[in-house]
Amino acid sequence: MKKLWTFKGGLKLPGFKKISNPASVNKIPIPDNIILPLRQHIGEPAEPIVDVGDQVYKGQPVAISKSLISASVHASTSGIVTDIGKYTIPHQSGVSEMCIVIKTDQKDQWHPNIESNLDPDNLDTEELCARIREAGIVGLGGAVFPSAVKLKATRQIDTLIINGAECEPYITCDDALMQNRADDVVQGILLLRRLLNPAECIIAIEDNKPQAIDALQVSIKKFKEKGIGSVAAIDVIPIPTIFPTGGEKQLIKVLTGKEVPRNGLPYEVGVICLNVGTSAAIRNAIYEGIPLVSRYVTVTGVMVQRPANFEVLIGTPVQDVIKAAGGEKSDRYEIIMGGPMMGQLLPHQQIPVVKATNCILVQDIKSENEANVMPCIRCGSCASACPMSLLPQQLYWYAKEKSFQKLQHYNLSDCIECGCCAVVCPSRIPLVQYFRFAKSEQREHEFKTKLSEQSRIRAQMRDFRLERIKREQQERKARRKAERLKKKAASDKASKPLADKELSAG
Amino acid sequence: MSDNNPIVLTSSPFIQSSCSVSSVMRTVIYALLPGILLYIGLFGWSVLVNILITVVGAMFFEWLMLLLRNRPVRIYLFDGSAILTAVLLSLAIPPLAPWWLLILGSFFSIVVAKHLYGGIGYNTFNPAMAAYAVLLISFPLEMSMWSMPVDEAKYLLSFTESVQYALFQVLPQNIKFDALTSATVLDHIRTEVSSGKPLDNLGVSSILGYVAGQGFEWVNLGFLTGGLWLIYKKIISWHIPLAVLAALAVSSLISYAINPSVYVNPFIHLLGGASILGAFFIATDPVTASTTPLGRIIYGLGIGFLTFAIRSWGGYPDGIAFAVLLMGMATPLIDYYTVPNAYGERV
Repeated sequence: MKKLWTFKGGLKLPGFKKISNPASVNKIPIPDNIILPLRQHIGEPAEPIVDVGDQVYKGQPVAISKSLISASVHASTSGIVTDIGKYTIPHQSGVSEMCIVIKTDQKDQWHPNIESNLDPDNLDTEELCARIREAGIVGLGGAVFPSAVKLKATRQIDTLIINGAECEPYITCDDALMQNRADDVVQGILLLRRLLNPAECIIAIEDNKPQAIDALQVSIKKFKEKGIGSVAAIDVIPIPTIFPTGGEKQLIKVLTGKEVPRNGLPYEVGVICLNVGTSAAIRNAIYEGIPLVSRYVTVTGVMVQRPANFEVLIGTPVQDVIKAAGGEKSDRYEIIMGGPMMGQLLPHQQIPVVKATNCILVQDIKSENEANVMPCIRCGSCASACPMSLLPQQLYWYAKEKSFQKLQHYNLSDCIECGCCAVVCPSRIPLVQYFRFAKSEQREHEFKTKLSEQSRIRAQMRDFRLERIKREQQERKARRKAERLKKKAASDKASKPLADKELSAG
Repeated sequence: MSDNNPIVLTSSPFIQSSCSVSSVMRTVIYALLPGILLYIGLFGWSVLVNILITVVGAMFFEWLMLLLRNRPVRIYLFDGSAILTAVLLSLAIPPLAPWWLLILGSFFSIVVAKHLYGGIGYNTFNPAMAAYAVLLISFPLEMSMWSMPVDEAKYLLSFTESVQYALFQVLPQNIKFDALTSATVLDHIRTEVSSGKPLDNLGVSSILGYVAGQGFEWVNLGFLTGGLWLIYKKIISWHIPLAVLAALAVSSLISYAINPSVYVNPFIHLLGGASILGAFFIATDPVTASTTPLGRIIYGLGIGFLTFAIRSWGGYPDGIAFAVLLMGMATPLIDYYTVPNAYGERV
């Protein structure tokens, strides 16, 4: 048995995982339109390389990454580009960003360049990394960090963690992936091992998913029997079901006992953490040459007719996905993209499924009855629940006041917005909203402080410059005066030396 | 919502626990019941009369203040906080108290200590203890006439007689007030010590009961049961009660070991007076207590030690209330210096 650690705080939440059956995955019809945001990842948006009117094929890159931290976007089916413009993207703020819209031709025709690699085991590590980058693969657990960047870490990696925790209630897409594509996950891990050369390799799964644990163990055994010895280094570790144990920092703590330093990255403690979906996507990119054009999405909630898991093309509007699940049960519903703890409420149904979308939760509307917010009574339940060991009750106070210094003192920037504090709050205070708001205010404040600091320095420099010019002028004047006097004195001395003597005597 | 903020409920998380302020307050009141029932059983109906009058008074003032402050009455009046304050205050006032003392107490706790500071969540001082302190200083006589345990008393007032006494200060014929009251064990000790008598033969006095005061020791065991239940229900954390009792036990044990003729044994400190009630129900008042884990320990130790100091060297027989008020003032400071290390901060 591997020794496990615990992280502070966290919550035992009801799972609601049985609603969407993870044992099977359904296909959905190709939608009429595909909306591909140019930024579905952390970093710079990809730059479009197609024009309106172009015919594109499935798997063809339509926007490519040109900066270090970015990811390419590929057409997820064949069709014609009808627009490149701003559309609402899934984001807390409901903003619009640049998207490529494709009118599909229903043929789902692959681009001719896409072909499976017959000899994936002989690619060198640089080639592997390049292909992962070209395939537009990002972390599919939700953080959507470009995977190729992560895998380029130059430091020694002790532990490779494959995250199959899936700790949010309702969501079962990773469970479905592990049950249905266990071999792909394992093959992906073998590729990652070649890249990173870690001492140990762990697949971490919450203990509420016994079928997924079984499936992976069976798959590992199968590869072992086939004579692939390197799978022996892979351990499937069940971990206790406590939200947010699937959070990268919490998972690293649970499995290694190490804490990722503040503002640091996991590789600094010798760990790299990737989602099971990312591993399977990497396998597909290397073995089949398929870029990231689809993903598993859970459609669930009390207000959807037939909750299930679907393989959804990236860019499919949410409307089409819900339709595939039988539609909504009544008019009073709201749609959350992601889980109930960290997901976002969608303003409408034309918003596309993106690389980060793991769940579409159709709930009945609750927010209206929840207006009974009471003042904070400082009970401290939030602090006990906080997995980052923060003091939400203090942060709340200072967030309301906008005391930026205090917010810094109480480590606002460490908040991962997991929602635990707000869930346990007896006063029903929407703490996470306050913290999100305060964070953006703080960023703005820092920006302004920086600007004012810059202009202060500029003004100071100007004063300094003017001062110097003035001083130099005065010095020049003084020098000239002195020279004049000297000259005069010299000529006076020459003409009447006696008068000088008289003066000094007087 | 009371605060003028632009944020509406539209972002995550989208689930909420069933816990609410009123459920917290209700649970605390339930936890007080074993102690209260024992108290009534051992000291008579006037304990209940005290509670009822104070609760009625507190609810009236709460309603009045909510009205004056233009707050949603329906939500706030029944959040349970005013009732809890009233119950705690009434337990701190001797039974057989006149009605005006109880009403004055509820006025001070609800109007002055709670609402003038901004209402629930904003009060700097524990409302029940602030009111108790005011009453103790203003009416020392009324505040120190404690009922005799039922076993000792010459006469047992019925419920109606208790109400009659509270409202009109009329006792049944031939019954003298003195026949119903006596000093508490802490009062007794104070008198003995101040008159220079050694405490060595305290055990002989029936006032001591088994270990810490006749009747009161049982009541306190009742409160202890309720307090432990609150910890089990995770309504309060163990930090404050443990720290209060530990500081009280250690400081009294040391002084008792040094000079048992001036200092009483730790049992009297722990089970006598209001130590248990204070440690589990009053010091844990979330609004005025420290909220960091280390801060709670410091806050509790402070209360425990101050209680011992006031009892041993101060001017009042019991010191829990003053200790809680003093440490309440220190809470912001304690909280500021005891911010726990965030994840990844120490690395």
